[in-house]
Amino acid sequence: MTLKRVLIANRGEIAVRIIRTCRRLGIETVLAASEADRDSMPARLADRTLCIGAARASDSYLNVSAILQAALAARADAIHPGYGFLSERPALAQACAEHGIIFIGPTAAQIESVGDKLRARAQAQGTQVPVLPGGALADTGHAVAVARRLGLPLLVKAVGGGGGRGMKRVERLAEVAQLVELAASEAGAAFGDARVYLERFVTHARHVEVQVLGDGEGDVIHLGERDCSIQRRYQKLIEETPAPGLPDSLRHGLHEAAVRFAQAMAYRGAGTVEFLVDPQRDEFYFLEMNARIQVEHPVTEAVTGVDLVAEQIAIASGEGLRLRQADVHWRGCAIECRVNAENPARDFAPSPGRVSSARWPAGDGIRVDTHIEPGAQVPPFYDSLLAKIITQGNERDTALERMWRAIASTRIEGVLTNLPLHSMLLANREFQAGGVDTGFLTRLLEGAPTSVEAQLG
Amino acid sequence: MTLTAKDVAEITRLLEASDFDELTLELDGLKLAVRRKGAAGPAALESTLAATPAAQPQAPENASSGEAPSTQSITAPLLGTFYRAPKPGAPPFVEVGSSVEEDTIVGIIEVMKLMNTVRAATRGRVVAVLAQDGALVEYGETLMRVSRAAEA
Repeated sequence: MTLKRVLIANRGEIAVRIIRTCRRLGIETVLAASEADRDSMPARLADRTLCIGAARASDSYLNVSAILQAALAARADAIHPGYGFLSERPALAQACAEHGIIFIGPTAAQIESVGDKLRARAQAQGTQVPVLPGGALADTGHAVAVARRLGLPLLVKAVGGGGGRGMKRVERLAEVAQLVELAASEAGAAFGDARVYLERFVTHARHVEVQVLGDGEGDVIHLGERDCSIQRRYQKLIEETPAPGLPDSLRHGLHEAAVRFAQAMAYRGAGTVEFLVDPQRDEFYFLEMNARIQVEHPVTEAVTGVDLVAEQIAIASGEGLRLRQADVHWRGCAIECRVNAENPARDFAPSPGRVSSARWPAGDGIRVDTHIEPGAQVPPFYDSLLAKIITQGNERDTALERMWRAIASTRIEGVLTNLPLHSMLLANREFQAGGVDTGFLTRLLEGAPTSVEAQLG
Repeated sequence: MTLTAKDVAEITRLLEASDFDELTLELDGLKLAVRRKGAAGPAALESTLAATPAAQPQAPENASSGEAPSTQSITAPLLGTFYRAPKPGAPPFVEVGSSVEEDTIVGIIEVMKLMNTVRAATRGRVVAVLAQDGALVEYGETLMRVSRAAEA
């Protein structure tokens, strides 16, 4: 069926981005907004806005019944969950299925099976996708034995979710029991699931993920990879495609593994399979699958010309895959910088407030996804993402240079931002050369505190 | 100088009977502040509404009524379908002119087949019912206006 009206159960830049594609496709949009976002840019752009609850996410963006009620009342055919919030909670997908509303995303069962990281690990092993040595934990006493068998260093990870919560690095056997307990209580608080597992920690690894699209019937294609190794505390900051300097065999291996994994579960919609790449050994390992549109999806769009949200909508409408693998072509390189409202001088603490003036870059090969305009509020209740600046070029150097100029011409006043950090990274030789590992940014910030602080001003 | 529970109850009763929303009592070494329930809430909401007339169709009407200090809004505590009566055909919980107390039920909001009662959370006389029976109401939408002047 052709969708006539879509309810967007999200906020910020992704809500704006979904509205743009819907508008292009002639689909009406209804925004389910919290009280804090009533006057936001997406609320203004949507054909209709319904206030679903108080500012706190648990009262609004995480409130399944309020969102479903809003969709039914507004006679929406479908709900787009965006990323975060309810996008990867089976409850909303399930409730949609029960009430005849199309959920623009995978099935509730698929969300559940990749949401359980241990099940996803087992599924990877079942499809010959390599995983890191690791295993489940029955109890803390057992942890020491598992740790001894796997060898150090190790990561304690939460079974119920990612994003760095419930994740602890173990360097010494004596710490295992304590860190497992700490991780378990963190995971319990964050995901309502205190189960944790152990996995070998690769000291110098790159984070490379593969974008896939599935029709829900076993047909899956990939749209290439993204390198997201520039991270701080497991939060991605800069992403790019293609991953610089990967041997072709490794690159193809990643693509094929991602397709195999998604195919085995007859995955429906847009998804991302994340891998750790060990550049020293030219090996890769499955990390997890994200069953949603990713924050960093625009870099893939920039080089393939595919509108991933439009493909999500096409799949949800029952059109299936409109592209075959042979139809996907990559042109040049693309890079994305996440501009956050945070204070680099104060350990990147969120910096909410009112944006008094905002000037975003424009020009050839530059795209800005944002909900921030002069006067916009950055509420303290949600994440601090202000914008994603994406640049593209035939060569990586061109994309980097465009980014340098784009960041330099961006002016945000009223809230503090991490723009100085981006300038510093873009000027860094190692980053310019490409292929840094996930520890790079942390080492950079720790290693040269005085010079970094001086540069961050 | 100390205050007994009885003293505090007496002070609260005096405030309740008065036209004031707030009472601050300072004695040597002791400060007591008593505020009428909901006194600050609706006032804060009204300033939000006045600042954003586009988002709230009711705002201009409220703002131009000039009675803001003596009337209060009963707002929807959640998004859903608003019903004025306990069941179809039954008389409404309240009408214009009804007296309400803080805990008086003034309507029902149905969210996914769950019936949530809406209480006045203020006291006085209902002077306007803005939300239609059976209509979708958003979170924070004004359902009724209550005059506190009528209570005196």
